[in-house]
Amino acid sequence: MYLNQFLLLSAALFAIGVYGVLARRNGVLVLMSIELILNAVNINLVAFAAFGNQLAGEVFALFVIAVAAAEVGVGLAMILLLYRNRKSIDLTQIDLMRG
Amino acid sequence: MSTPAIFAAVTGFDPLTGGEFLVAQNIAFAIMAITMLVSAVRMVTTGNVVHAALYLVIVLAGAAGIFILLGAEFVGVTQVLVYIGAIVVLFLFGIMLTKGSFGADDGVGGERRGIAAMVGALVLAVMAAALLDTFRDAELSRAEPSLTADVADLIFSRYIVPFEAISVLLLAALIGAIVVARGD
Repeated sequence: MYLNQFLLLSAALFAIGVYGVLARRNGVLVLMSIELILNAVNINLVAFAAFGNQLAGEVFALFVIAVAAAEVGVGLAMILLLYRNRKSIDLTQIDLMRG
Repeated sequence: MSTPAIFAAVTGFDPLTGGEFLVAQNIAFAIMAITMLVSAVRMVTTGNVVHAALYLVIVLAGAAGIFILLGAEFVGVTQVLVYIGAIVVLFLFGIMLTKGSFGADDGVGGERRGIAAMVGALVLAVMAAALLDTFRDAELSRAEPSLTADVADLIFSRYIVPFEAISVLLLAALIGAIVVARGD
């Protein structure tokens, strides 16, 4: 197996995630796209761990999974607060700080 | 394709290196990669939010398969437990609790969607060019899967400080989420 096939898959997932973050209006869907990006990074880390024949990449992939769990918890709490206060999670309507 | 290459693809034996050609692993990779890419595209384009969460499950399961294909079995199992078991359920709860704000999410307008697609394609093009230029035909060298015991040894010896930092971060995120969402 080539290293590049994993890296290119990861790059494609990353790009799809970037498109999702930019194109969707629903806050929950934006958070899902961010999870897609973090997963692409994880595939990269594990592929390099297998390539370099050492375990540091796998350890950091586990750390990324833990950070992603924390991020989803806080992010969904913020989206729930947003929904409670504005009855909408349309991110294009959240323009309170627009100059 | 030359005759030896066809022979290698059919029989799984590479006459150039004299070793296994790993046909089964490449087929497994191709199946998982295509499934993941199709599901990811459907996830960011579907109108139904719940369907998007289910497509996310397919992508995450495919990533777990990729991890196991790479010999990182503990990361693969953790991926299934934490992502599919916990995070997706959290997402489904989030969708349920914010129901009614979006009947069908049709995304932003056509112009901004086009810009977003352009940015994504640009990111992919730049990264693919850099990767193809740097790792032309580098092969994966690992022969056998990594042992979970070795991963645990590394976490609790060299990476003990990041590990403790992550536990404090998880506690802070937990308390923060409760305080933010308590609603009084």
